[in-house]
Amino acid sequence: MMRLFVSLLLSLCVQNIWAMTESMPKIDIGKGGQCVKDPQWMRENHMHLLKHQRDEAVRKGIRDEKISLKNCIECHASTKDDSVIARADSFCVACHRYEAVKIDCFECHSGIRKSAWLQQRNAK
Amino acid sequence: MSDFNLQRRSFLKTSLGAAAVAIAPGMLLFSTAQGKSEGASSKVRWGMLIDTAQCKPGCNDCVTACNKENGLSGGTSATDSQWIRKIEIKDISSGRELSLPMMCQHCENPPCVDVCPTTASFKRDDGIVLVDKHRCIGCRYCMMACPYKARSFVHEPLSDQNPDVPRGKGTVESCTLCVHRIDQGKGPACAEACPNKAILFGNLNDPQSEIAIKVRSVASVQVRADLRLNPGVRYQGI
Amino acid sequence: MANNISPQLRSPLFYALLSAGVLVVLAGMYSVYLMEEHGHIITGMNNQIVWGIPHVFAIFLIIAASGVLNVSSIGSVFNKPAYKARAPLAGLLSIAMLTGGLTVLMLDLGRPERIIVAATNFNPTSVFAWNIFLYSGMFATVALYLWTMMEKRMNPWSKPAGFLVFIWRFVLTTGTGVIFSFLVARQAYGTAILPPMFIVISFAWGMAVFHVVQSTIYAWNKLSLDDYVQKRMRNLMAVFVIAALYFVATYHLTNLYFARQTEFEKFILFDGGVYPLLFWIGYVFIGNFLPLLLVYHPSLGKTKCVLFASLLIILGGFCLLYVLIIGGQAFPLSIFPGFEVSSSFGDGAIGLYQPSLPEIMLGFGGVGISFLITAIGIHALDFVPHEIPKKVGHS
Repeated sequence: MMRLFVSLLLSLCVQNIWAMTESMPKIDIGKGGQCVKDPQWMRENHMHLLKHQRDEAVRKGIRDEKISLKNCIECHASTKDDSVIARADSFCVACHRYEAVKIDCFECHSGIRKSAWLQQRNAK
Repeated sequence: MSDFNLQRRSFLKTSLGAAAVAIAPGMLLFSTAQGKSEGASSKVRWGMLIDTAQCKPGCNDCVTACNKENGLSGGTSATDSQWIRKIEIKDISSGRELSLPMMCQHCENPPCVDVCPTTASFKRDDGIVLVDKHRCIGCRYCMMACPYKARSFVHEPLSDQNPDVPRGKGTVESCTLCVHRIDQGKGPACAEACPNKAILFGNLNDPQSEIAIKVRSVASVQVRADLRLNPGVRYQGI
Repeated sequence: MANNISPQLRSPLFYALLSAGVLVVLAGMYSVYLMEEHGHIITGMNNQIVWGIPHVFAIFLIIAASGVLNVSSIGSVFNKPAYKARAPLAGLLSIAMLTGGLTVLMLDLGRPERIIVAATNFNPTSVFAWNIFLYSGMFATVALYLWTMMEKRMNPWSKPAGFLVFIWRFVLTTGTGVIFSFLVARQAYGTAILPPMFIVISFAWGMAVFHVVQSTIYAWNKLSLDDYVQKRMRNLMAVFVIAALYFVATYHLTNLYFARQTEFEKFILFDGGVYPLLFWIGYVFIGNFLPLLLVYHPSLGKTKCVLFASLLIILGGFCLLYVLIIGGQAFPLSIFPGFEVSSSFGDGAIGLYQPSLPEIMLGFGGVGISFLITAIGIHALDFVPHEIPKKVGHS
């Protein structure tokens, strides 16, 4: 019984030891900068901010440009491909993949910087 | 334990901790956020008055404009989304023919809102009936309930959405009265695009607005008025 | 035939059947995976026919799940001993079919991973939202009822539990009926006759499913059903079938009387193609006339006839639901009464629907789940009815 327990515990650690070779996720922060709160606060609370803001915007029509998803993307989309989801190191993908927290925002929302999207549309 | 493992653990711990006490972080955020709009008010009721006499059969400008504005494919197969469509109607007894655009009627008593299990289908304070895609589970009950066949279901994965108009697979959608434009002080794309100015958009609650004056003076009807849904879209000349 | 199979060989047959059930369920799960990946475009459903074959299967299973409890109600609430012995099996069938039906319904959603939103953002005017609670409550009440019947110390409580189940399933089946009743704009729906019609139909289909399962269990275990009990049960099923037909007839007759409904009735009953076919041949002839003949004809009405009649009733039930759910959607909305209409969105046109393989697999997957729960339940626990010896003096 004890042996089983110990071997289970060990097998859980193997994965962590393996992962030790990896460092923190590499994130393309796009234009970067800070306009809402400091990075650590954002890491802990961005999901609550988004959840609250989406109800305010959609259901009440209270649109706060600074904390809108579009505005996040405007800064944080990669300067290379204007996207927050296109590559493994894109702003949203990098951390979410690392933490294995699946997000479905971008099934509906565009992950492209609006200014770039408008350019693309007008070019068509 | 290594440095990085500690980092990861604290990341997870603080995230979990934050989630556990996340009752009203938004209240704090409200005070820090600046540059936000007032929000929809029930003092306003957005509506449209469509003059069918000005609507030409064969003209699809309103449909094309809506498709372009909202990122719709423009396809007309049975599974393609159509937020607005032109209907050709012919009075069976008299033979009179006319053409008109049909879209979500933004009812005051919307059946779609009554039946939605998740409150995804809702009426905003200013009268616009919308689908909150954050809550929509894609049950399509609202599509069964709508008397005007206003709603479409997204049957396949979408990409390249308009950043102002989020749309996704598995949810239901319909005409939003271009709410993203209204909130910027503009009007719906269809009204702007009509070459004959057949679609008049405005605030029905403002007695001095162009639409309110016109609705008071010319004869107009609501489609399926017998259902007593009090739609915000009215038609002249039916 | 069963008599020649030795006990040791019967077990492999059981496991073979279970494996077949698992395969059917896996096929259903695969189609769910496909629908999640590619969207509903791979199904036959579209913007005109929004609810298709999965809903036909799901609603049949849910209605039958409610109706099969009639057998237990007649035992616990109305105190008929022959039925009382069958109450646990009916309870198991109810749970099995509810599970199967709800699984199909939930997995057909555009975004099934978000189903919990129906509980966190509950809309009290939505009967769908109410049904979430009614159906989960049904699981709980039937489980409770089973416990009171199978746990000897709880037996005195089986009557109140049975009563609770009786009330609950009436509310639940009404809730299923008003899903359609509340749709004022569709000519097929928006009528108050649907909930009582669904309730009586549930009695008929529930009994039919019970008969099928009971006959199979008895044949498998080489038991024979007492003639008296069989006669009572099959006659009751026939009465329910006639009552259901009465409701369906009243529904159509009333519709035919209203000038604004005659176009719709003409479509469903005469010139709608597959719908009149399914209605008259599938439901009326195969689902009513033939089973009633099999039950009531003097030279018929024995075990095999009852089994066959029950299967036909089930088939007829599927046909009726197809006509009601899909035919009801195929007929265009009357947006401009008195006008002929046409558009790019199918206004004025009959909706076209072709059931696709993923949908059919999903539907059968639900049946497979019900089968597995029933088979494993009977194998593991004491659900086979204990026949109560006939009282002296009964005819």
